[in-house]
Amino acid sequence: MSNIPSELRYATSHEWVRNDGDGIVTVGITEHAQELLGDMVFVELPDVDDEISTGDDVAVAESVKAASDIYAPISGTVVEVNEDLEDSPELVNSDAYGDGWLFKVKVDDMGELESLLDAEGYEGSIDED
Amino acid sequence: MSNKTILHAKHIEAGAKMVDFHGWEMPINYGSQIEEHHAVRQNAGMFDVSHMTIVDVEGPQAQAYLRKLVINDVAKLTVAGKALYTGMLNEEGGVIDDLIIYHFSETSYKLVVNSATREKDLAWMNKQAESFDVTITERPEFGMIAVQGPQAKAKVATLLSAEQTEAVDGMKPFFGVQTGGLFIATTGYTGENGYEIVVAEDQAENLWQQLLDAGVTPCGLGARDTLRLEAGMNLYGLDMDESVSPLAANMAWTISWEPTDRDFIGRSVLEAQKEAGDQPKLVGLVFEEKGVLRTGLKVITPAGEGVITSGTFSPTLGHSIAMARVPRSVKFGDTIQVEMRKKLVDVAVIKPSFVRNGKKVF
Repeated sequence: MSNIPSELRYATSHEWVRNDGDGIVTVGITEHAQELLGDMVFVELPDVDDEISTGDDVAVAESVKAASDIYAPISGTVVEVNEDLEDSPELVNSDAYGDGWLFKVKVDDMGELESLLDAEGYEGSIDED
Repeated sequence: MSNKTILHAKHIEAGAKMVDFHGWEMPINYGSQIEEHHAVRQNAGMFDVSHMTIVDVEGPQAQAYLRKLVINDVAKLTVAGKALYTGMLNEEGGVIDDLIIYHFSETSYKLVVNSATREKDLAWMNKQAESFDVTITERPEFGMIAVQGPQAKAKVATLLSAEQTEAVDGMKPFFGVQTGGLFIATTGYTGENGYEIVVAEDQAENLWQQLLDAGVTPCGLGARDTLRLEAGMNLYGLDMDESVSPLAANMAWTISWEPTDRDFIGRSVLEAQKEAGDQPKLVGLVFEEKGVLRTGLKVITPAGEGVITSGTFSPTLGHSIAMARVPRSVKFGDTIQVEMRKKLVDVAVIKPSFVRNGKKVF
């Protein structure tokens, strides 16, 4: 069973969201997702200042196996992207919840965070896969 | 029912992620297929290839039989142990399988064919054998381990007896020798130096463990695929199959047209295709931007459409490479296009060989 930190929120499409305070969240993909995809070779990120809406395909994780869309788990404005992934996409594999983060979002409505899954809910959604 | 090789328990012990490969439960990786790939390019890695099918062909007409069966000419093999790569065609000139043939004498050969095609290969070989004085014997009681990489031979050397060391000393590429319970061949599927070692089943686990202890990295099918593609080597079922001529699969070099009276299966079809010059061809593609050329993607050229038969990310080069079947008028050095994720991207056409002995070759 892969690691699912209890302090994060999750989308069924395997993104995680961390509340950094001040209306900012960090987004990444879960350990389970990176395990499914295998070794990451390219990560295409959104641009800073992009307005994104929940469910939009905003990034692409390309692994040795497949290219997989990453969806915005929450609506807002992209304020930072993880530029280290340009040269080291494998950070998504080695540290999915840490150095492998993808982008940060200034959230429109923090209430939306509550509608995402908690760790238990995400674990349940994986089991159904 | 899935088949398991004799080394199955060793894979589980090493933390392998197992997948179904044409009915065989095989390791896809032991953690990171990219790290396994680099181990083979930079040091030494090993693959369990025990699922592959070993067939001995023996008898007074063994040579005559193989000269009929395959498109290369085994009469070119005169030195004991010398091997060749070739294809076996149906009457319509399509590739039933590709294979390696080791020559011991005009009455004794060892063939290694693909596992995915085992049943149809054996059926075809047995059918063709009816008119020859030859015996076809499958040898499932052996395991096979490919040890590949710049340090592969040195690491294997630490495990060999004095007799075996002498037997493999100075052995050139594409040779094999039976020595002290092992069949050791200088063949492989990675573009690196190394050995493919056939070992009796009861010795296979022991050999695998000794290689592990000698510092050889276990590698799965994932790395095997990126390595063979970098080396420009075909994978049966993707780059060619029964509907594809060897002329359309970069296998023309494995055909012996001389002597002209050697009537191998498929010859007349190939001669007509060669005369017409209308077969597509298999080329290499290079894409240096972000993104990966994937199997099945459409290729667009001024002379018509083509298709990517095998595509991947090349860990050695750091960008994507592929093999594609395109119209014959496409030339090396051309820029053509691939339809990738709803957009067209430019790719360079090269000879299908990307990396050899750890180095970029284009």
